[in-house]
Amino acid sequence: MASAEIDIKYVAHLARLQITPDEEKKLGAQLGNILGYIEKLNELDVSHVEPTAHAVPMVNVTRPDEIRPSLPHDDALRNAPAQANGLFIVPKIVE
Amino acid sequence: MLNQLTISELTAKLARREVSSREVMQSCLDRIASVDGKIHAFISHDAADALQQADAADQLLAQGGGANRPLLGVPVAVKDVLAVKNQPLNCGSKILGRFVSPYDATVVEKLKAAGAIVFGRLNMDEFAMGSSTENSAFGVTRNPWDTTRIPGGSSGGSAAAVAVDEVIAALGSDTGGSIRQPAALCGCVGLKPTYGRVSRCGLVAFASSLDQIGPFTKDVRDAATMLGVIAGHDSRDSTSVPQPVPDYAAALTGSSPDGPTIKGLKLGLPKEYMIGGLDPEVKAAVDAAVKQLQSLGVEIVEISLPHTDYAAATYYIIAPAEASANLARFDGIRYGARVDGADPIELYCRTRGIGFGAEVKRRIILGTYVLSSGYYDAYYLRAQKVRTLIRNDFLKAFETVDAIVTPTSPTAAFKIGEKSDDPLQMYLCDVFTLACNLAGICGISLPCGFTKSPKLPIGLQLLGKPFGEETLLKAAYAYERATNWHQERPPL
Repeated sequence: MASAEIDIKYVAHLARLQITPDEEKKLGAQLGNILGYIEKLNELDVSHVEPTAHAVPMVNVTRPDEIRPSLPHDDALRNAPAQANGLFIVPKIVE
Repeated sequence: MLNQLTISELTAKLARREVSSREVMQSCLDRIASVDGKIHAFISHDAADALQQADAADQLLAQGGGANRPLLGVPVAVKDVLAVKNQPLNCGSKILGRFVSPYDATVVEKLKAAGAIVFGRLNMDEFAMGSSTENSAFGVTRNPWDTTRIPGGSSGGSAAAVAVDEVIAALGSDTGGSIRQPAALCGCVGLKPTYGRVSRCGLVAFASSLDQIGPFTKDVRDAATMLGVIAGHDSRDSTSVPQPVPDYAAALTGSSPDGPTIKGLKLGLPKEYMIGGLDPEVKAAVDAAVKQLQSLGVEIVEISLPHTDYAAATYYIIAPAEASANLARFDGIRYGARVDGADPIELYCRTRGIGFGAEVKRRIILGTYVLSSGYYDAYYLRAQKVRTLIRNDFLKAFETVDAIVTPTSPTAAFKIGEKSDDPLQMYLCDVFTLACNLAGICGISLPCGFTKSPKLPIGLQLLGKPFGEETLLKAAYAYERATNWHQERPPL
């Protein structure tokens, strides 16, 4: 693992998260501390170990491809911050 | 006082028509009015709606509708992370704005079908991230045993509300100990079912491979009743397991009137859990509980879970990684609050920057980092491999023992503010509960004593095999019957 130096600003942008300069400083110190702790995983030899993504490995759970009742359109839109004509309103994306 | 009753006591009285569901509901509402100002377990509750549900339950009771409705007329409150149709849902966060759930979570559907009055939004750490319920946008919840202390978290509102008799039972969620740890610190029973036992549909996701919903109750029998209601396969959650649901409550009663025997049951005592940071009073209470279990005929075997010390590091890679992906959906477009921007990217960044609290931001950034290009193998993949080792430790132990006994938390409740500036210390509060979620097994916490001064509850944790809830409940029930800890009530 790399040393515990995170480019907080870069990672925050990847996460689409605006942070203040104060937060950046505080997060940098705290995450450095946490990543330092996490380094202990390097003590283990895991070269012959399979990863676990889910403890109860249920795979390929499918159902027939049939139309079933779903949330009514109006209900799905009810919590939108901005909507009109059955659509979500967003800022202009394409010039 | 009706609000102090257990589910089993209450349903017996309701069936005999000695009391009405309205009286019980009113008694809980009165209790909330008198003590919730001091502990703030509830973010909100709709008293009129709750009483209306109670009246409907009374009508059904009058018609003899109690059969197949094991919770008919019983008030149950839910953590603010579960969807209840037409009720607010905030996850203890600002970012959901004035969100109102358009549908019921599967567990809520099941509670309603069982006749429960589902009411109230119980406080929690924002998006279930925390161990103290200090991270809520709606304010701190306080421990009813000492209001200068934390109730545990993230389901601190659920634990405090049950412990202080504001409600008969509650639901919470447990990703790394968020049911068991607050149950221990508030002095009630908290059960985290096996991963896949209970549907997660309608539970706002934190870490999808770790999250499970479970009950908070005043005793073990009630935990069995609640689990029986909420467990089962659900086609809307592809990780729920199509395995039949045993009659958990009946398993407790067994054939003998004194309850089932636990003679010959083998319980493992992991040597790795007797760590330096373990409070001496907690250790003494757990040691005494182990002796008590032995006197009930249980065989105690020392076992080893060699990768225990790596559980917290593994958890704090996997849980934030999954959280960073799950919380991407809170972008200010389809629901919740929005802070406008010149373009969509600015809108997302501003909305999330203002909407999320400090702990959630910390975990999103940590999770994004460990999944980012160049670090994935070193952190995330390695953690998933260590997760395999942790799971294998448990599966190997379960070849020789029926369940495992440990403290739930290394200390009793700490002071509000004591760990809020040191996230790593806060994360290490959960050292005894995290591994259970990583391994996908089940666990229960139940009261096993108190610290002397101040008097604070101590929890005993039992960990069971995948789908081994019956064994856990039987052992916990036998212990509870031999002790009086669960009958103690906070001084409020």
